[in-house]
Amino acid sequence: MTAVADLTAIAARIRARVVEMSHVAGTPHLGSSLSCIDLLVATYWGPLRIDPQHPLDPDRDRFILSKGHAATALYVTLAERGFFDPALLDTYDTDGGALPEHPGLQCVPGVEAATGSLGHGLPIALGMALAARIERRSARQFVLMSDGECEEGSVWEAALFAPAQKLDSVVVMIDYNKWQATGRSDEIMALAPLAGKWRAFGWDACEVDGHDMPAVHAAVSREPDGSGRPRVIVAHTVKGKGVSFMEDDNNWHYRIPTADEVRKARVELGQPEVRA
Amino acid sequence: MRNAFAAAITALATADERIVLLSGDIGNRLFDTFRERFPTRFYNCGVAEANMTGMAAGLALSGLRPFTYTITPFATTRVIEQIRVDICYHDVPVVIVGTGSGLSYASLGPTHHSCEDVGILRCFPNLTVLCPADSAEVGPALEAALTLPGPAYIRLGKKGEPVIHESPPPFAVGKGIVVREGTDVCLLGMGTTTAVALEAARELAARGLSARVVSMHTVKPLDEAFLADAFGRFRAVAVVEEHSVIGGLGSAVAEWRARHDGPQAPLVACGTPDAFISAAGSQAWMREQCGLTGPAVAAKILARIGNAP
Repeated sequence: MTAVADLTAIAARIRARVVEMSHVAGTPHLGSSLSCIDLLVATYWGPLRIDPQHPLDPDRDRFILSKGHAATALYVTLAERGFFDPALLDTYDTDGGALPEHPGLQCVPGVEAATGSLGHGLPIALGMALAARIERRSARQFVLMSDGECEEGSVWEAALFAPAQKLDSVVVMIDYNKWQATGRSDEIMALAPLAGKWRAFGWDACEVDGHDMPAVHAAVSREPDGSGRPRVIVAHTVKGKGVSFMEDDNNWHYRIPTADEVRKARVELGQPEVRA
Repeated sequence: MRNAFAAAITALATADERIVLLSGDIGNRLFDTFRERFPTRFYNCGVAEANMTGMAAGLALSGLRPFTYTITPFATTRVIEQIRVDICYHDVPVVIVGTGSGLSYASLGPTHHSCEDVGILRCFPNLTVLCPADSAEVGPALEAALTLPGPAYIRLGKKGEPVIHESPPPFAVGKGIVVREGTDVCLLGMGTTTAVALEAARELAARGLSARVVSMHTVKPLDEAFLADAFGRFRAVAVVEEHSVIGGLGSAVAEWRARHDGPQAPLVACGTPDAFISAAGSQAWMREQCGLTGPAVAAKILARIGNAP
């Protein structure tokens, strides 16, 4: 188990690379990628039972980035975790490359589902949970969703199904950064109280500061409580987290950082050496 | 046909432990035997087809062979994005089974009709589209779908369809089954309207025209070799389908014909109109309104080849 202090360092490294990739490729969704990186790191260096040398082991745990627009966060996480050569990240969003702006199934080892259209990851994960149950495997399924994604009806269809079948191998993480593409998520749709909604649907819901690494790590690492309820972690996060001039500024849903902004961001993240 | 499906899936699941059946809260008692025998491999997914379809993809990504089953519009057009992204983009071997296709549920109104499903679904890469002609083709169609590496859609009628085959015929994906031999014109049935094509063939025989009738059960991939031969050999090729003339087998054949160099016999398309049929009525009545009866199809063919009375 990696020490929590190291997790924070890994997260900073991933953030710096993600900011740089957005600049080099000229791709958006930077704020959305930065808000969920602590959740990714706490899971990939925490409870997730995976072996980068055997990425298709049938007994592995599954991680699905249902908010596929945070693809760079996933790609850098997988590269850091040893699933593929980090040099491949340089091909992100290049013509004919393996790494599109939304991840494809196994586009690189470790990508368990093709996402990009919201509301798809949880039903797929429930299917994987049923498969594990049918085949008597102990695999668990972790799904990372966005708050805006919770506006999709398919999420709530899945939310009704999982507790009925006591699919407690499933852990949902919601990157509740309070923004969606064009406005405040709680204003556009009545999401709040988000944890309360999941609880009312029969889930074991908890809330956590999504950037408090020890708290996030503890939350994702908790075992099922035996009640059969699937778990949801509503993680209160900040869009653009880690870069002062991006934090909670929704312009960074679409804005592309300039070379100068990348330098500033990297300094703030303690990763001053610019690669690009 | 739905009873044939229940029997076939139960038989197949006995031999193949990977089969999982997901139902969208229909088929009351239909799957009792399946549930009894395979309690861990049947899930009533409720009135939540998007989740059912996504879960099927997750099961298939884990190496199992899931089937989704509900009334055709809810198995297909309701969840078109889940089919496109979760199933077809992932290219996983899910079998989507729609029951009560076309106008089978005529009296329930256009919410329960499905005359657009094939047109939409055959656009999706990786998906095989199968329309068995009668109950005897259902089992072989399921078995064939299970051999595919990717997804399939199976379009079923409801119940009490005319028998075309006395016993399960040899069935290969992408190969039409000749159900009546003939030499003048060729009728391609898509699914349950193969029986209408047979009636039309009998009408034509009475007028001195010999008609070959084919169960063109695979709409995608099309039996191109068969079409190349048929358009060179016959005086006309007719398609008979309980599906809109936009997008169905007739469209698929017309697309193929437009791309294909070679002899081009006239193509006669018999299908449902580009309209919702909102009046109350039975399937037989609606078929009459759409010209999907033996005499109407025969008359259309005769008019087209200049043998009209």
